[in-house]
Amino acid sequence: MNRPLTTPDAIENVSRRGLLLGLGGGLILAVGLNGAALAEDAPEKFGADGDDNGWRDDPRLFIAIDETGAVTLTNHRQEMGQGIKTSLALVMTEELEADFARVKVIQADGDEPRYGNQDTDGSRSMRHVFLPLRRAGAAARTMLEQAAAARWKAPVAQVKAQNHAVVHTPTGRSLTYGELAKAAAALPVPPRETLKLKPASAFRYIGKDAVTGVDRADIVTGKAVYGGDMRPEGLVYAVVARPPVAGGTVASFDAAETLKVPGVLKVVPIDPPKEGPPFQPQGGLAVVAKSTWAAIKGRRALKVTWNDGANAAYDSDAFRKTLEASARQPGKVIHDGGDIEKALAGAAKHVTAEYYLPHLTHVSMETPTATVRARPGGGWEAWAPVQAPQVTREVVAFALGDKAENITVHVTLLGGGFGRKSKPDYVVEAAVVSKAMGGAPVKLTWTREDDIQHDYYHTVSLERLEAGLDAKGKVVAWRHRTCAPTIGSTFGPDPKHEADDELGMGAVSLPFDIPVIRVENPEAESHTRIGWFRSVSNIPHAYAIQSFVCELAAAAGRDPKDFLLELIGPARKINPRSLDDTFNYGESPALYPMDTGRLRAVIERAAKEIGWGRTLPKGRGLGVAGHYSFITYTACAMEVEVASDGTVQVIRSDLVVDCGPVVNPDRVRAQAEGSVIMGMSLALTGQISFKNGRAQQGNFDSFPVLRIDGAPKEIHTHLIGGDFDGPLGGVGEPCVPPVAPALVNAIYAATGKRVRDLPIGATLKS
Amino acid sequence: MTKVFVNGVAQTFDGDADTPLLWWLRDELGLTGTKFGCGEALCGACTVLMDGTAVRACQTLVTAADGLRVTTIEGLAPNGDHPLQKAWLELGVPQCGFCQAGQILQAASLLKDLPHPTDADIDAAMSGNICRCGTYPRIHAAIKQVANAGAKA
Ligand code: FES
Ligand code: FES
Repeated sequence: MNRPLTTPDAIENVSRRGLLLGLGGGLILAVGLNGAALAEDAPEKFGADGDDNGWRDDPRLFIAIDETGAVTLTNHRQEMGQGIKTSLALVMTEELEADFARVKVIQADGDEPRYGNQDTDGSRSMRHVFLPLRRAGAAARTMLEQAAAARWKAPVAQVKAQNHAVVHTPTGRSLTYGELAKAAAALPVPPRETLKLKPASAFRYIGKDAVTGVDRADIVTGKAVYGGDMRPEGLVYAVVARPPVAGGTVASFDAAETLKVPGVLKVVPIDPPKEGPPFQPQGGLAVVAKSTWAAIKGRRALKVTWNDGANAAYDSDAFRKTLEASARQPGKVIHDGGDIEKALAGAAKHVTAEYYLPHLTHVSMETPTATVRARPGGGWEAWAPVQAPQVTREVVAFALGDKAENITVHVTLLGGGFGRKSKPDYVVEAAVVSKAMGGAPVKLTWTREDDIQHDYYHTVSLERLEAGLDAKGKVVAWRHRTCAPTIGSTFGPDPKHEADDELGMGAVSLPFDIPVIRVENPEAESHTRIGWFRSVSNIPHAYAIQSFVCELAAAAGRDPKDFLLELIGPARKINPRSLDDTFNYGESPALYPMDTGRLRAVIERAAKEIGWGRTLPKGRGLGVAGHYSFITYTACAMEVEVASDGTVQVIRSDLVVDCGPVVNPDRVRAQAEGSVIMGMSLALTGQISFKNGRAQQGNFDSFPVLRIDGAPKEIHTHLIGGDFDGPLGGVGEPCVPPVAPALVNAIYAATGKRVRDLPIGATLKS
Repeated sequence: MTKVFVNGVAQTFDGDADTPLLWWLRDELGLTGTKFGCGEALCGACTVLMDGTAVRACQTLVTAADGLRVTTIEGLAPNGDHPLQKAWLELGVPQCGFCQAGQILQAASLLKDLPHPTDADIDAAMSGNICRCGTYPRIHAAIKQVANAGAKA
């Protein structure tokens, strides 16, 4: 499958109009105006073309070379541990034919009119900008070659860029990039369709583990700058008391004691959300002080009475029953693959199971935080760890009654994101407080309790699965009722049904070869703020489906791995639309069909790596699960040991990733390792529960996450790899979904106990 | 008046007696390499060394450090070339990096007490330090690498 270079359009060479980056008169590649200009009646757009503000490939936006030959690359995606800042720099360096040792990477401010889409979510940065940034690099390289050819009065065909210099092939003469920078900057950017990309065989950086990550030395020495690390002159500090129930408001408050705390400067009310964009703050009272500690103490002294509002009765135990009742009735039909009642009635054996997954919270190690001040010349300036800087500008502008273009967002490193930091409510809080403080710089910090009790939580869900097997143990009917509050409730009146993208995360996008499949989505109401959590609805869907397959295998008396492969059926390419999956991660169903051959291959490989079928001591078991998400195929196999007291230890994990071609192998492995840890965390202990509308957890004691002593000592990642002309899959999220089901399937093999409710703990100890 | 030797420099403190070391380091001294993760001694992000031994700065009062040497990540090695820092780079330990100052200082404290830790020693010493990105396997490997190099030297 070829990924065509998208439609050419002229690149305007604005550097000649003098829009310089100020790096000393070299090849100054400044603002450009091309990209995916979106016509109003355009046909359906996919991939990066469908993203807000599209994409850019103008080299002047991303690449600058000064007369010493120093290269400065601008990274416009947000770095939160996935390594994108390094990986995109490798892509540009490769095509530029530069020496990475002479490359510096700077972080772009939030500015989508300039850079194209900057939302760093959906595991799509590399997929969406790999080709545009290769073209940017190739265009700059071509300009340098043209400048050298002109200098030598030689045909361009006789010159070749080679490791930070251009060589005249017949004579061996060469000119460095520094020597050519100025002349190259004066040339027009070559038309997109004339660019020659490097063949993969010539790659020195892409697909190699050739470099150390760009910020890593700063990280291990404490110099790296995260959201809370800016200290502008005149800084004051704030924490916020927020309504304990989502949708609540301040009824009354008494700040007298707070104002007596030494260092406390002011108590500033923050309005509850108004009609307008999502991700506005919840409202409450900010305590502003001369230090974070004084602000925290001041907040403790605050007396507030809250109106709890419509969600005051939210109770997780009761809500579970509501979900169960809903899932036991027919729901909105999402996919109707035939007469399900008849197929079930005709089956020799029936299996029904309900899987419950509670809310989760992100707990990135860096809690939400931001620093905002009035810009000296007007407008506002934020330093913030955000996944979506343009959205941040827009919501801050709304709250301050200003325009997005007057809001500067400097994106710091993110101390973890996992979807939480796609919602900029915390930046808006800092902005509102700064305004109330006359534009003074305000650093606003969320404590861990704030983070855990005021998150945009991963949804809670009840997944009900029913299947019929024929006399030979073949599955002939499959009905899945998925029932979960939707993220859509964060964007407007609660639709009470999962959105196409949520359903397309594994529920309808079901690559099984079963005669009759039906997917329904009964109603579920939202009673708290729901948001994206790394891999989103793939978590409940993959958990339920991959567990259920293992249950069906047991019912049929079959090996679970063989049974799973049989359900997937022969290698074929499935058009997601044929399953009523209109999402497919925003990608073209023609270019990105679901490939069951690839799914089979990762499952087979994971099983082989863990030594599927070997004899194990008592108390140990093997489990496997496979899943397609974010255009990537992953499978996890696990060996677990369950002690007599129910304690689970993962002895070994093998995670196989087929994300197509791999740009930065070490970082893909790191993401896979981290996903195993996060997947184990959510399976073993992850749970947010509500009572009287209030989250019952508050810190790492009540929301435990995996620690080093629980991590598998044997953790193996296997990358399949692929052709660089083929589709790129995602990496940050798709390794998470198969982990929890692999774990419970292994527990079943070890103990005969089937865990249907997460977290696991309770089931095994009972 | 409290006097603390922070990264070799004498610093004085006369603020509120209940001020945690963490906020003094970050907000007053500008040593932002020390991170806030939980405030309750549950995560290890704020770990610093006090006379060479790891403590949680969020639950240690500045006054408790009176007369002592406090080492933050900025002061662990003058050129950032402590064997642990080098191993962390070589093995590509950090993901987001936010927990790593605490992890490295905790590991330094471990190796001071036990230059040749077993797997169980590493688990015991490091289990107070959370990494939400899940870099534990590499943290474990990096500590072993440094310990093994020490064994050969
Ligand atoms: S911030 Fe001190 S242990 Fe978490
Ligand atoms: S590297 Fe992100 S929390 Fe440890």
